[in-house]
Amino acid sequence: MNEASALYPALPELILAGGAMVLLMIGAFGGERATSPMLSYAIALLVVAGLAIAAMPDERVALFNGSFVVDGFAKFLKILAVLGSIGTLWMSGDFLADPDRRKFEYSVLILLATAGMFVLISAGDLIALYLGFELMSLSLYVVAAFDRDNVQSTEAGLKYFVLGALSSGMLLYGASLIYGFTGTVKFAGIAQEAANGGIGLIIGLVLLFAGLCFKVSAVPFHMWTPDVYQGAPTPITAFFASAPKVAAIAAFVRVSFSAFPAIAAQWQQIIIFVAIASMALGAFAAIGQRNIKRLMAYSSIGHMGYALIGLAAATGEGVQGVLVYMAIYVAMTLGTFACIVSMRRNDKPFEEITDLSGLARTNPAQAFVLSMLLFSLAGIPPLAGFFAKFYVFLAAVKAGLFTLAVLGVLASVVGAYYYLLIVKIMYFDEPAPAFDPMGNALRSIVAVTGLFVILFFAYPGPLVEAAAVAAKSLF
Amino acid sequence: MASWPILSVTVFLPLLGALFIMAMRGEDASVARNARWVAMWTTLLTFVISLILVWRFDPSSPEFQFVERKPWLAGAISYHMGVDGISLPFVILTTALMPLCILASWLPIQRRVKEYMIAFLVLETLMVGTFTALDLTLFYLFFEGGLIPMFLIIGVWGGPRRVYASFKFFLYTLLGSVLMLLAIMALYWDAGTTDIPTLMHHAFPRSLQTWAWFAFLASFAVKLPMWPVHTWLPDAHVEAPTAGSVILAAILLKMGGYGFLRFSLPMFPLASEQFAPLIFTLSVVAIIYTALVALVQEDMKKLIAYSSVAHMGFVTMGIFAGTIQGVGGGIFQMVSHGIISGALFLCVGVVYDRMHTREIAAYGGLVDRMPLYAAAFMVFTLANVGLPGTTGFVGEFLTLIGTFRVNTPVATLATVGVILSAAYALWLYRKVIFGKLEKPSLARILDLDGREMAAFAPLVILTILFGVYPKPVIDVSQAAVSALVENYHQALGAAKTAELAK
Repeated sequence: MNEASALYPALPELILAGGAMVLLMIGAFGGERATSPMLSYAIALLVVAGLAIAAMPDERVALFNGSFVVDGFAKFLKILAVLGSIGTLWMSGDFLADPDRRKFEYSVLILLATAGMFVLISAGDLIALYLGFELMSLSLYVVAAFDRDNVQSTEAGLKYFVLGALSSGMLLYGASLIYGFTGTVKFAGIAQEAANGGIGLIIGLVLLFAGLCFKVSAVPFHMWTPDVYQGAPTPITAFFASAPKVAAIAAFVRVSFSAFPAIAAQWQQIIIFVAIASMALGAFAAIGQRNIKRLMAYSSIGHMGYALIGLAAATGEGVQGVLVYMAIYVAMTLGTFACIVSMRRNDKPFEEITDLSGLARTNPAQAFVLSMLLFSLAGIPPLAGFFAKFYVFLAAVKAGLFTLAVLGVLASVVGAYYYLLIVKIMYFDEPAPAFDPMGNALRSIVAVTGLFVILFFAYPGPLVEAAAVAAKSLF
Repeated sequence: MASWPILSVTVFLPLLGALFIMAMRGEDASVARNARWVAMWTTLLTFVISLILVWRFDPSSPEFQFVERKPWLAGAISYHMGVDGISLPFVILTTALMPLCILASWLPIQRRVKEYMIAFLVLETLMVGTFTALDLTLFYLFFEGGLIPMFLIIGVWGGPRRVYASFKFFLYTLLGSVLMLLAIMALYWDAGTTDIPTLMHHAFPRSLQTWAWFAFLASFAVKLPMWPVHTWLPDAHVEAPTAGSVILAAILLKMGGYGFLRFSLPMFPLASEQFAPLIFTLSVVAIIYTALVALVQEDMKKLIAYSSVAHMGFVTMGIFAGTIQGVGGGIFQMVSHGIISGALFLCVGVVYDRMHTREIAAYGGLVDRMPLYAAAFMVFTLANVGLPGTTGFVGEFLTLIGTFRVNTPVATLATVGVILSAAYALWLYRKVIFGKLEKPSLARILDLDGREMAAFAPLVILTILFGVYPKPVIDVSQAAVSALVENYHQALGAAKTAELAK
């Protein structure tokens, strides 16, 4: 085996990183002309990277002295992240059509962020974890402020950056404590030492988790979410809500299971608290929101709470639940945001939930799919969102976490209220003026995610099986 | 036996009709007309197919019949369908009432007809699915899925307070059901499957039985509804369009009773026996208290809604008596109430379509202008009261006998409820139908037209037929009920022996 083929497991990362550099060059030297097809190039690169991931073997391969791990778990989540990124770029066409915003950097940044996510998902030690984390985050800070003539967008970027830097600091400090108390940064090494790490290690763990909680926007590190979601351009908000969440949850799960299995009882308590607090806040705080992007921000906080239930169970079933949850969550989020992106009249975006008034009469098809997506987000059977919740709660019940499970389902009932409120506005209220017709790109996203959400119940086997296989690779 | 999956066809045929209507394009008026006809033919065809079920059903066997089984979710959760003597009456009740509901909505619904018909057809699939599912997860899917179309039906085509009513309906029911979902999961981990026939013969530990019993109670008590969680029902009934009220009263409420029969009694016999006094208390309170509440209502639909709660009290009482008469009577009472309350809501719908009010005070003396209507209304009122010769009598009588053997004071108190039901039902009838026709607005009111007579005729016939000759319904469920009761007492006996042996 020669040197080059040893790098094969890192091929998707190399494709994205190299491709991003090439696109950067084309953009920098090609001038105006090269800007417009940039989006398609980026999508093509992501598709190629996705195929490369799918072609990887399922066995666990460690690279760079164990810093970089490719296994079934990484494969599953990378494919999810790539789908999230493709979906984002796919719905960004209209946003970039505006001459003021026609910048090639947009696509490049999303590629780099995705590369960061890949590294994060595959991280096998704390250094790789931090590298992936920062590559992803720095790209995200910039795209949040991408609409730079818009005060809200720049504010969102700045706020995200300042708070993000704080969370990176906490993560780093936690990592250094963990290194100090175990003498290694490798997850496998930490796992051996963790049992006798003592209180210092636990403090490190808490700080590390704080950093990760920030990225998945779990309570109590959620404060940035509503402001950033509202301020960022809508396709970017869709991005924030999908792919980076997948990567951060992946890192969360991998760190917990490969570095700290010995002190599972300790971190379980943290996750249980974070999950309950996120679900409760997501359910109650969203009720008063009138801006749909802000509402979706609270909704995503709540959803992260549900996904973390699977982690709290600290079992293989739990990880499987998290994976199923994230897959369905990405589909629901992309579909819902595609509908939000299409809320435009005379080329002006509208973001209040009352703007959806009577959509069932002005655009019945869109209203139908959006309401199905919302029912699915609320977890009503037979839609996909029900199965997402089903698997995490199944794991929680098996692990005996009854308090968590009961509080979780109660929060889901409260949460159902605001999803219903939007359905009510679309179906029961008098129509507002119609929106501009949806573009083909948006229409295709809405159609695909809508079909997925509605028909998932008919053939749930493949996804659930794939998640089970992926979850096994961690144990 | 037939090789085609007759149950799946019955369940999913309405969905096919819904998809067909969804694909319709064109002018509003023609789409509305076509949607009505497609919905009508779909529901009629479904009814005919469900009659084949009756035809081929072997009433002497307590086993599940027409069983279909396919792998579905990973693990031990499969697509498992089948009917026995307990579920078959409800399947037929559903498929039989649906064409009548479509007929009752023919003219009154003029707005967004296409969506209306889609919602009803989807709802039919989910309802029939609920009664035929033989896997708890699948059951839950159908059971909860029904919330979505019903929410839209109340919210889009309902009365002035429709938003409040639809939210209350949805959230109340959801709250009860999610707790049941957790119990389903606990059962799954204990028994390794959610297959209903397997679970029925699985002996759950006593503590799990208690918890799961209460979790299932949370769901079914809300759905049935039992006092004190019945408050969503009057609101939902009052605001829903006529056909929505009919479905709600006749079928959706029965899911709660069906749930007790299918799950609580056979799966948690120890808990059922232990907490039967609780159910008896709640049932008696429901029978007497809601009957008293019904006495002071000013809205016709609300009065009937409260009377539904009272009648459902007989059902829970009979089921948890755990005797053959009680359980069989509970099933009969549910079928009978399905016919009667559905018909009563249709009756209210008839005058509401003409006068656009449900105030009892707005009517009086209708017998002068509407003799046919008065006759139909009388049959259903008397059936509601439980007059011998109508279905209402058979159901109440059987549940009372069944309970009398187990708990005499409860049966005695429940009998008081029968008297009260006569009081409010006859009072309603006198106020609306008799008296002088003095109100000028009523002077030109028209009697039933052909469409309405077509909707009422089968209900009148069934009410009297099953009242005089209840054998068909009782025979169908006989074997399954005996098996259920036998297993119940066997499980209790086994537990007692085990305790003595300690």
